[in-house]
Amino acid sequence: MTNHWIDIQHSDVILAIGSNPAENHPISFKYVEKAMDNGATLISVDPRYTRTSSKADIYAQLRPGTDIAFIGGLINYILQNDLIHREYVVNYTNAAFIVGDDFQFEDGLFSGYNAQNSSYTKETWSYQLDKDGNPKRDETLQHPRSVYQLMKAHYARYTPAKVCEITGTDPHAYRRVAETFCATGKPGKAATIMYAMGTTQHTHGTQNVRSYAVMQLLLGNIGIAGGGINALRGESNVQGSTDYAILYHILPGYLKTPTHDNVDLQAYNAKWTPTSNDPKSANWWSNTPKYIASLLKAYWGEAATADNDFCFSYLPKRSGNYSFIKLMERLQAGGFEGLFCMGTNPAVGGPDAGSIRQGLSKLKWMICADLWETETSIFWKAPGIDPKSIDTEVFLLPAASSVEKEGSISNSGRWAQWRYKAVEPPGEARSDAFIVDQLCQRLKKAYAKGGVFPEPITQLAWNYGHGHEPDIPTVAKECNGYFTRDTVIKGKAYKMGEQVPSFAFLQDDGSTCSGNWLYCGSFTEAGNQMARRGLSDPTGMGLYPEWSWCWPVNRRILYNRASVDPSGKPWNPNKPVIAWNSVTRKWEGDIPDGGWPPLAEEGTRNPFIMVSEGYGRLFAPGLADGPFPEHYEPMESPMENLMSSQQSNPAVMRPCKISTSDKFPYIGTTYRVSEHWQAGAMTRNLPWLVELVPDMFVEISRHLAEWKGIANGDMVTVSSERGSIEARALVTNRIKPLRAGGRLIEQVGLPWHFGFGGMARGDSANVLTTAVGCANTSIPEFKAFLCNIEKGGNKA
Amino acid sequence: MGISRRNFLKSGGVAAAGVAISAKPAKASVDAPELRTKGLQTSTTVCPYCAVGCGMIVHTKDGKIVNIEGDTEHPINRGSLCSKGSALFQVANNERRLTKVQYRAPGSAKWEEKSWDWALERMATLMKDSRDRNFVKTETIGGKNYEVNRNEGMAFLGAAALDNEECYLWGKFARAMGVAYLEHQARI
Repeated sequence: MTNHWIDIQHSDVILAIGSNPAENHPISFKYVEKAMDNGATLISVDPRYTRTSSKADIYAQLRPGTDIAFIGGLINYILQNDLIHREYVVNYTNAAFIVGDDFQFEDGLFSGYNAQNSSYTKETWSYQLDKDGNPKRDETLQHPRSVYQLMKAHYARYTPAKVCEITGTDPHAYRRVAETFCATGKPGKAATIMYAMGTTQHTHGTQNVRSYAVMQLLLGNIGIAGGGINALRGESNVQGSTDYAILYHILPGYLKTPTHDNVDLQAYNAKWTPTSNDPKSANWWSNTPKYIASLLKAYWGEAATADNDFCFSYLPKRSGNYSFIKLMERLQAGGFEGLFCMGTNPAVGGPDAGSIRQGLSKLKWMICADLWETETSIFWKAPGIDPKSIDTEVFLLPAASSVEKEGSISNSGRWAQWRYKAVEPPGEARSDAFIVDQLCQRLKKAYAKGGVFPEPITQLAWNYGHGHEPDIPTVAKECNGYFTRDTVIKGKAYKMGEQVPSFAFLQDDGSTCSGNWLYCGSFTEAGNQMARRGLSDPTGMGLYPEWSWCWPVNRRILYNRASVDPSGKPWNPNKPVIAWNSVTRKWEGDIPDGGWPPLAEEGTRNPFIMVSEGYGRLFAPGLADGPFPEHYEPMESPMENLMSSQQSNPAVMRPCKISTSDKFPYIGTTYRVSEHWQAGAMTRNLPWLVELVPDMFVEISRHLAEWKGIANGDMVTVSSERGSIEARALVTNRIKPLRAGGRLIEQVGLPWHFGFGGMARGDSANVLTTAVGCANTSIPEFKAFLCNIEKGGNKA
Repeated sequence: MGISRRNFLKSGGVAAAGVAISAKPAKASVDAPELRTKGLQTSTTVCPYCAVGCGMIVHTKDGKIVNIEGDTEHPINRGSLCSKGSALFQVANNERRLTKVQYRAPGSAKWEEKSWDWALERMATLMKDSRDRNFVKTETIGGKNYEVNRNEGMAFLGAAALDNEECYLWGKFARAMGVAYLEHQARI
């Protein structure tokens, strides 16, 4: 989230799109309702009429996979009706930048497209530069090659009529959404977007989010109270696990993992450290060398020195895409001897789950650590499987639950909150930290005796006490970071072993270590900031600066330098985030997003400090599929693309296992219910929750039910090109067919929590979904595929 | 009025396990029955389900959790919990929880119980052998040789419910082992 949960109460308009907060983040709805009590309007945009929709002032139905068209039409409405927050747009965004003459867009394709490998070369997606090497700007926004004018032309194609034909939205509802949301460009008005997996799980998921960014920047809604782009993350610590980068392409703090051509640390820094010639650009990622050096020191400690690039060569280097879908492809090709599932259940949670289950049988060994027996851990005795045919050695390690160990987790609002151990884990269950520690220690011993390239393991710094398991506060201190030697910074002396106060003090010379620069400041000499329980709220804005600790540096609202005008006065003095006190020459309120003076003064910096130009990007040249969002149909779609002749995202290769609406006429989409959670192990084994939702079910409209002769409660079979499942049919008014492309298109809605294991069992929706992912993130397109439904069960 | 639950955790940081409540006991009566949580050990936690991060209070007695409820002091949830958080008690106390290391031998149709020691030694051996057999020191790309130091013998998956410090250790270990195929729920 750019903002945080409590801040939602300050919104005037809340757009829940690609999300269902009343269902899946129920307690957050307190703040939606608080906002509504104060006159805010809630808009729910969803293929189905959900629990959130039932509370909304405006409901607009949306065909799965058409968010870019929907938002594109709103952006068009803003531009055509001049509803932008002009001073914000001119000063804080790249609207005024002049784009190079070679940048083109034609019939769904941007310049630089290579059809052979479905990718773009992005040289033409660049700016005209002035003599200092900075993008030329036209603050009148009139220049025909300005980002603003290019955007106007791009979005002029998203007329209300065209949009509603694509999305299936009722035009009256669409008009109400436009009039309501797009009125928040006035200073003093704030709109927020609450989004989740309905937004991200598409082959154009990143561009969906980009659409929100473009719209919110035009309206001046980023950095202000009640504004922002707020991702409702789905797991208690998926924010933390992403911050700590247990993903193939990043290192803790969103540093990049090295690529094969980063032959040494210097090459790595040269490739990944952005530069800027603009003295007003903070270009925060210019600190990359400090953060990577500090991380390497945290990893390899004493062994990491300036002479050996801080053991940089010990890091594995990537030369391809190893994301989940690719990982599973390799698994199915027999490309791994082993798989370690540390608290995860891909046999239920992954796309094309049937193929994943088959792939597991190719393993020599598999280790699962979990609280429960999961479908993944028992794939070898799944229904219909002959165990004798599977040679995999499987280990199922009993793991500790959240109340049986100590540590921090980070919520969607970036608050890292400390948790305490209430009891010992049951029986012989152990914490994940114990498991990792034990394996690491044993492998260190084994590699001390010999093996291939043993140094990264034998020289790994692993000093977490001599207890039964690692001392977690000690780990947390390493994550914050400490000085590795006596050092002096800006005239102040720091002793070896002292905690680093914040990432502003991290160095590239090996004098600091930090397991995650973003969390620098979370555990200082003053103690564990994440464990704080202070309830003071000095600004009255619900920031609670002394409750837990949030990154970065306990700043509660990101980009808050954009919440004030160039003189430092809040756009909305009634709901200030920060304000410049010209007498004391200090910012008051939230931690400012950089302590520099306001834009109108000397020594200032532009507010969007994490991009190299410092201006919010309306035109974003760094993405795989284009600098402006453009509507494409999902890989499996019942309709032609009405915007261009590019049917699906040109930057995503069409997979093999897809079909057409001749064979599978209905749109399939997956979602969650309040009473169950993710792949289900942690809820389908709890009697209280099983009592609430005991069975797998699928939702269809009354119209489709009648057409297929299905009554409420009947067993049905839902099938796709990937497989088929059975479930009970829930026939409901809450799903209506979509009027799109001149016809009625039906949907089948599927909760994806169920599997053949656990107490409450059912078929897995992900047997049906497609293993094809977003052009930028590779997240699978769970939310839009094609399926068929027939009366009568047919066990998968 | 009975004991005030609202204020028992004032002055931050007092919530470590082992703090026993010993406030003035209420006089039991028809209108003010004694709290069943009286005299129990208390600690705070945060819900392990979605990412709102609701605060909870855990009551333990003799090493067992006897109650979990919303923390009224928490500025986000103020004591409220959804159906999942309200059911956390049944994660802690649940006969289906795994309590023993289990092992499935090749071709077997069942689990066998094993000791941690046995399992850890076997797993470490398997991991070392797979890494050593499938370690890719260099790769030729575009006619040039590059040092890549990748362990392609295994993939690591998981997890979004690990604590931050566990994520850090797991990631550190994975990278030291040269694992490049490192992914988890955030990707899907």
